[in-house]
Amino acid sequence: MKDKPIQKPYMNPYLAGALLGLVLFASFMLTGHGLGASGGLARITAGVVDLVAPRHVDRTAALAEMAGGDQNPYDNWLVWAICGVMLGGFISGLLGKRVRVETRMGPHVSTRKRWLMAFIGGILVGIGARLARGCTSGQALSGGAVLSVGSWAFMMAVFAGGYLLALPVRKLWN
Amino acid sequence: MAPLNPTAVLGALGAGLLSLGIGFLFGFALEQAGFGDSRKLAAQFYLRDMTVLKVMFTAIVVAMLLLSVFSGFHLVDLDKVWVNPTYLWPGILGGLILGFGFIIGGYCPGTSLVSLATLKLDGLFFVLGTLTGILLFSETVDFFAIFFNYSGAYGRLTIPDLLGLDPKLVVSGIVVTALLVFVGVERVELMFKKDRQLEPSSARPRKAAALVLLAGAVLVLFAGQPTLQAKLAWLEPELDKQLESRQFHIDPGELLSLMHNNRIRLELFDVRSEADYNQFHLLDARHVPPGKLDAAWIRNLPPEAVKVVMSNDESQAGQVWKYLTARGVPGVYILEGGINEWLEIYGTAAARPLPEKVHEEDRLRFTFPRVLGSSDQAARPDLKDSPERDFTPKVKVLKPVPMEGGGCG
Repeated sequence: MKDKPIQKPYMNPYLAGALLGLVLFASFMLTGHGLGASGGLARITAGVVDLVAPRHVDRTAALAEMAGGDQNPYDNWLVWAICGVMLGGFISGLLGKRVRVETRMGPHVSTRKRWLMAFIGGILVGIGARLARGCTSGQALSGGAVLSVGSWAFMMAVFAGGYLLALPVRKLWN
Repeated sequence: MAPLNPTAVLGALGAGLLSLGIGFLFGFALEQAGFGDSRKLAAQFYLRDMTVLKVMFTAIVVAMLLLSVFSGFHLVDLDKVWVNPTYLWPGILGGLILGFGFIIGGYCPGTSLVSLATLKLDGLFFVLGTLTGILLFSETVDFFAIFFNYSGAYGRLTIPDLLGLDPKLVVSGIVVTALLVFVGVERVELMFKKDRQLEPSSARPRKAAALVLLAGAVLVLFAGQPTLQAKLAWLEPELDKQLESRQFHIDPGELLSLMHNNRIRLELFDVRSEADYNQFHLLDARHVPPGKLDAAWIRNLPPEAVKVVMSNDESQAGQVWKYLTARGVPGVYILEGGINEWLEIYGTAAARPLPEKVHEEDRLRFTFPRVLGSSDQAARPDLKDSPERDFTPKVKVLKPVPMEGGGCG
């Protein structure tokens, strides 16, 4: 029989939050800015399109600012940061015995449907994060800690959006 | 003093590795919190498991409190810390869309990366979706560029600015609110939990942590935040050293080339008396008496613009440069030699030099037959008719202006 490792419990949420807060604080002290995730993903998008259709990148302002001409879209702290995020997540997962190929989903949904919903949700999150000029990391966490009005408004809107749609899509998770 | 400029201290590779390290700890903390699992994240919206709110709010409070305490003891200059500029309505609409995507897809960008890193397939599909969404946005943003760039665009606006309250009051208020929210959230969780199995009691460490946060809030209340005068006084030696190095004094020739460069957003600030300004000033230079330089005026300065301050000579412009730089305005330069040297080089016959004996520091050394304003050729000399100058360019362009398409869009 295959030996399935039992995953360890997660860290206490307040402790994990304090750790995250320390990392955020260190980022502000050492670099002058907070954390970021969607900005790095945007650079990957620009880089991939630049491989396939460099002239199209040059003609599309939102991509050209990252990969236009001979600019290297990956030459940015955000790209380093998301590499770090994945590495850190992987190591933490290894320590907690949580690295395994699986699909996390509610009990009453098929794997295919979960994948489709993850993809659709991802599209919305990608659009929302670009429209808001940041995601939960770069806007809500980082801007929240330095008391940016726009970041707090954004954060409330994220929770509002989630709660508004939670009942209609409850079959996905419950 | 913090914040550091990592590229200047560590070089490009070192700065990259620093970001990698910070990202590593960020990802580690997210995974430890359980954010690699979409079910745990989604549970936030069914009130069973409010880990998302607890972790986020704790992180914000801890970072905010530490920044305030450090700023109170002059260990970090908050004016130099990046504050996300407020674009209110795109931010709110984007937040709503992101919230919809969050509950449908189960992640946000940062958490989906952690999920992918621990080999969750739903995380993989989510990341692919996010990349697709970013592409869709980039392809279509031109159709609503006005909404995206101008709707509720307030620039760098903080909650204390908005409410007109002392930052220390806002910070301590948020700490107290957070603690109350945590108490409430714990109760709600108990009500909605499916299996009412109580976790091992951990009330004591929680109370201790709450006390630490409260102590931090009290410390912030007592230490306060440095006033502008205090800050100027403590930054003065550093700023004087930078002024003496003359790395922010730009040659008239460089300014002339900037005036003819339409890919640069250039802001010219003339800080002389109104009389001098009316006599002669550069084309598009704004008259900014030093009294006008309050917080609201500074907030409306476009951060990416190249800003050049000028007086008759240099001393007044130097004072304004120090003030703006101390307040964290990026990209401020001084016109070398001021308007006097400008007129010596580019002046037309209309500008007549005054006799030597009336020369005083920072006084206009030219007289004009009538009030010229910016109507004279010397207000924006032609490049080809002007004497060529040999200079080392010093201006670092923070962000070039994107090329705009034609048409009436």
